[in-house]
Amino acid sequence: MIEVKNLYKSFEDKDVLKDINTVFEDGKTNLIIGQSGSGKTVLMKNLVGLLDPTSGQVLYDGRDFVAMSKSEKVHMRREMGMIFQSAALFDSLTVLENVMFPLDMFSTMNLRERTKRAMDCLERVNLHGAEEKFPGEISGGMQKRVAIARAIALNPKYLFCDEPNSGLDPKTSLVIDDLLQDITREYNMTTIINTHDMNSVMGIGENIIFIYEGHKEWQGVSSQIMHSDNTRLTDFIFASDLLKNMRQLVLEKEADPFATAPLDPSRHG
Amino acid sequence: MIITKYLTILGRYLILMGRTFSVPERMRMFFKSYIKEMAQLGVNSIGIVLLISFFIGAVICIQMKLNIQSPWMPRWVSGYTTREIMLLEFSSSIMCLILAGKVGSNIASELGTMRVTQQIDALEIMGVNSASYLILPKIMGMLTLMPCLVTFSSATGILGAYATAYVGHVLPPDDLTIGLQHSFKPWFMYMSLIKSQFFAFIITSVPAFCGYTVEGGSVNVGKASTDAVVTSSVLILFSDVFLTQLLS
Repeated sequence: MIEVKNLYKSFEDKDVLKDINTVFEDGKTNLIIGQSGSGKTVLMKNLVGLLDPTSGQVLYDGRDFVAMSKSEKVHMRREMGMIFQSAALFDSLTVLENVMFPLDMFSTMNLRERTKRAMDCLERVNLHGAEEKFPGEISGGMQKRVAIARAIALNPKYLFCDEPNSGLDPKTSLVIDDLLQDITREYNMTTIINTHDMNSVMGIGENIIFIYEGHKEWQGVSSQIMHSDNTRLTDFIFASDLLKNMRQLVLEKEADPFATAPLDPSRHG
Repeated sequence: MIITKYLTILGRYLILMGRTFSVPERMRMFFKSYIKEMAQLGVNSIGIVLLISFFIGAVICIQMKLNIQSPWMPRWVSGYTTREIMLLEFSSSIMCLILAGKVGSNIASELGTMRVTQQIDALEIMGVNSASYLILPKIMGMLTLMPCLVTFSSATGILGAYATAYVGHVLPPDDLTIGLQHSFKPWFMYMSLIKSQFFAFIITSVPAFCGYTVEGGSVNVGKASTDAVVTSSVLILFSDVFLTQLLS
């Protein structure tokens, strides 16, 4: 479990994060959502220690990551896996070498065991047969899956994903979402996903934190979004006319299950 | 204000070097990278070093013969001056200036691209000391191979001079041989090797700093690459003055 307490982050005179208090739960896909520039990525960078908060605490199972010494942070980071927006695979290494990299650096396994573990991880993300390819030779979706395989190679307790569906088609996005959710349950990890993808929000959002202009505006589960009266949240989630109309239709249907009124044509975009 | 800015940069450079020169987390991984960097930065530079040294050796010899040699000068003067120039300045300083362009831009753009594509962040998240993992093998690889490059450069420059004698018939080969052997001081050879070690450190660590600290996108990677070449060239020239004074 990761707990964030009174987290503030400022860049010079600009306050990017203001008094964030939240809990990311074990074995669940925790989603951070919000508009571009709302502070999602800054929050995630504070969680993993790529940025230091101006004030506040980030507690990993009760241990304050911010107050840890450099060597404690290095040790702690071995319990983390991260999937970057750009996948961040090492260009000069093959797919197999990328997945083996954390094992080569930190495990005490011999070569055969490391190779087997890396192959198992690739198998888990359905990438058998691509081991000898370089990142530049595979598609964006495959790169994301390699990044997932690399992130889980050391069995991390915490998995961070920065916009894992960015640049992917809707079908591949669903595959990645399902994979992340399955892996989270399988390894009982604390998974935190920073996303713009509304399919992810409605599909795998077991604990959703909505960030608005640097503060936590709303927290809940995907099933609560439809009925939320928080207009900032609903305006963000149901941004297009199509989604607005669909939500309206669902709410009307729920209010009167026998009503057959068509959608108001004036509401179409 | 400018002094503060440069002191800040120097401080950041020293901090990065402090992180770089720490014990590698896995010696096996370090040696793997070390061998790779020796091949990429050193062995792959042998071609250009040989080519340039050969022609510069030949040109110096021709220039000396045409402009210095006269009936009042000894016959060996062309060979002697060619050897001294190649040994004292070209094989170490000028060759390193050329390598600053090739190796420096290579290192800065490689690390800069890794920075902007978040590959360095990925290493940090894994708990890897990215500075040590990425930069130390480059510095050590270049320091290891630099004496070979300097030796090859001097030898090829002399070969170039012989080419002007045997093929171009600019001067008699015997005169060149006498000149090359005249008043030879082995210390000059060591001086050249010592200077080249300092330059090797400059042409790897400075571009590594420029690339590693890139912020932004591809435009900044290009800028870092240019800055790396310019800064390391200027530093080579400055340090050449001090080292020559110190070692002579």
